[in-house]
Amino acid sequence: MMTYVKEILVGFWSLLAGMAVTIRYFTKPIVTVQYPREKIQMSPAYRGYPQLILDPETQTHRCIACEMCSRICPSQLIAVEGAKFPGEKQKRGVKYVHEHYYCSLCGLCIEVCPTTALEYSAEYRLAGYRREDAVIDHLILLQQRQKAAGVPITPVPTAEEIAAAAAAEAAAKEAREKEAKAKAAAAKKPAPAEEVKE
Amino acid sequence: MDLLTHLGIEGVRMIVGLIAVIALVSVNALFLIWMERKVSAHMQLRPGPMEVGWHGAIQTIADAVKLMGKELITPEEVDRPIYYLAPIVVFLPVLLTFLVIPFSQTMIIKDMNVGIVLILAFSTLTVLAILMAGWASNNKYSVFGAIRSVAQNIAYEIPLLVTVMSIILMVGSFKLTDIVTAQGRYWFILVQPLAFILYIICATAETNRTPFDLPEAESELVAGFHTEYSGMRFALFFLAEYTNMFIVSAVAAVLFLGGWRGPILPGVVWFLIKVYALIFLIMWFRWTFPRVRFDQLVTFAWKILIPLSFVNLLLTALALKIF
Repeated sequence: MMTYVKEILVGFWSLLAGMAVTIRYFTKPIVTVQYPREKIQMSPAYRGYPQLILDPETQTHRCIACEMCSRICPSQLIAVEGAKFPGEKQKRGVKYVHEHYYCSLCGLCIEVCPTTALEYSAEYRLAGYRREDAVIDHLILLQQRQKAAGVPITPVPTAEEIAAAAAAEAAAKEAREKEAKAKAAAAKKPAPAEEVKE
Repeated sequence: MDLLTHLGIEGVRMIVGLIAVIALVSVNALFLIWMERKVSAHMQLRPGPMEVGWHGAIQTIADAVKLMGKELITPEEVDRPIYYLAPIVVFLPVLLTFLVIPFSQTMIIKDMNVGIVLILAFSTLTVLAILMAGWASNNKYSVFGAIRSVAQNIAYEIPLLVTVMSIILMVGSFKLTDIVTAQGRYWFILVQPLAFILYIICATAETNRTPFDLPEAESELVAGFHTEYSGMRFALFFLAEYTNMFIVSAVAAVLFLGGWRGPILPGVVWFLIKVYALIFLIMWFRWTFPRVRFDQLVTFAWKILIPLSFVNLLLTALALKIF
């Protein structure tokens, strides 16, 4: 008889304990994110596809078109082209296209970059209708981010501008070589070491 | 005009009441389905329906329209007359019981002196409808659901009636208005807490709600007795389930929570507040407790609920004799 009563009371108490749990959860705030209407901030540790860093000082990218990323990429998805413009000391990237659809997000491109021009993006909305939707032109992406940040937009040079820059660069190089040759001719005895340096 | 004089004041009251009840039943079901989804969602830290209307308020209307547009599929080799009749039989007693529920002092269609007995008698007809639906469907899952429903309802009808009896003993009348009037000084839940607990447990079982939802246990029996029903026929079963919830809660409000009594607000508002609070309690059970096993269900009824309800009845009788 005692065990019978005890069983009922213990059972009843456990029911109440269960109900206390559910009512506590009932009053808690909901955790669902109404996705298309609200989006969560991704954690800084999130590793999306690689993207060009928007340098806070120069307000543009730091790519020097060394093509290290393009070479180390295990799936060979990165196409980089660079050009040297008149009046600039270094080459800079004029084309940076990443075919993201085969990217395994290994991050080798980011590690190898000598100027740390690359970072992981926080982008997670990667769905597309066609394969071409996953081809990312990073310079255009950078322009969008510059627009969002309100800084001057780095123009993407057109093919003509690149050709002109290349021609100007070739002409300048020729002029330099000519100058060097003239200098050597003037010195009459050119030092071979100097030419290698050039 | 002739018709009105022929019907008399009582007849007009009945017709107006019937229309009001049908409206109430539909609106109540629409609201309860939405409420159920919201309650379950918030207990699981979800928002629930959010798309149609304010916080998904008219989601159920959209669902109802969809159900109306669906084909009424009749499977082959069903027992046609019974198959067609079952959704109607499940719904009719539900409407009848509203006849005697007192929403306030005056808002009652017909204040019968058999009130509570009428409600209990007609709500038992639901079992018949479930048995008809399950048997006529020609489907093993449906039959299992129906059989379970019958066994369960027989088991839980007894403690329910005995529990209600202890209240009737205190009041000395089956009239629901008399029961409410008798609670002028205090609610009966204060003197009959055990009866209230027993009544709520039995009511949950009578309306086939979790944790006693074995007749339609979806993880075991597909959908139980209404597996083979589609479209509006299925909707009628659904409507009956939610209206039954309203009825058992209304009866509990009358028996234990003082019916329409309450300060400031009009009686009907108090009554609805109490009813929906009790419905929330039943929903709270559903989203807390897992379904009981069949042997647990029957053991619980015969070994615990029935003895306890008889003890409660005896104690009530003794107390009434002494004081």
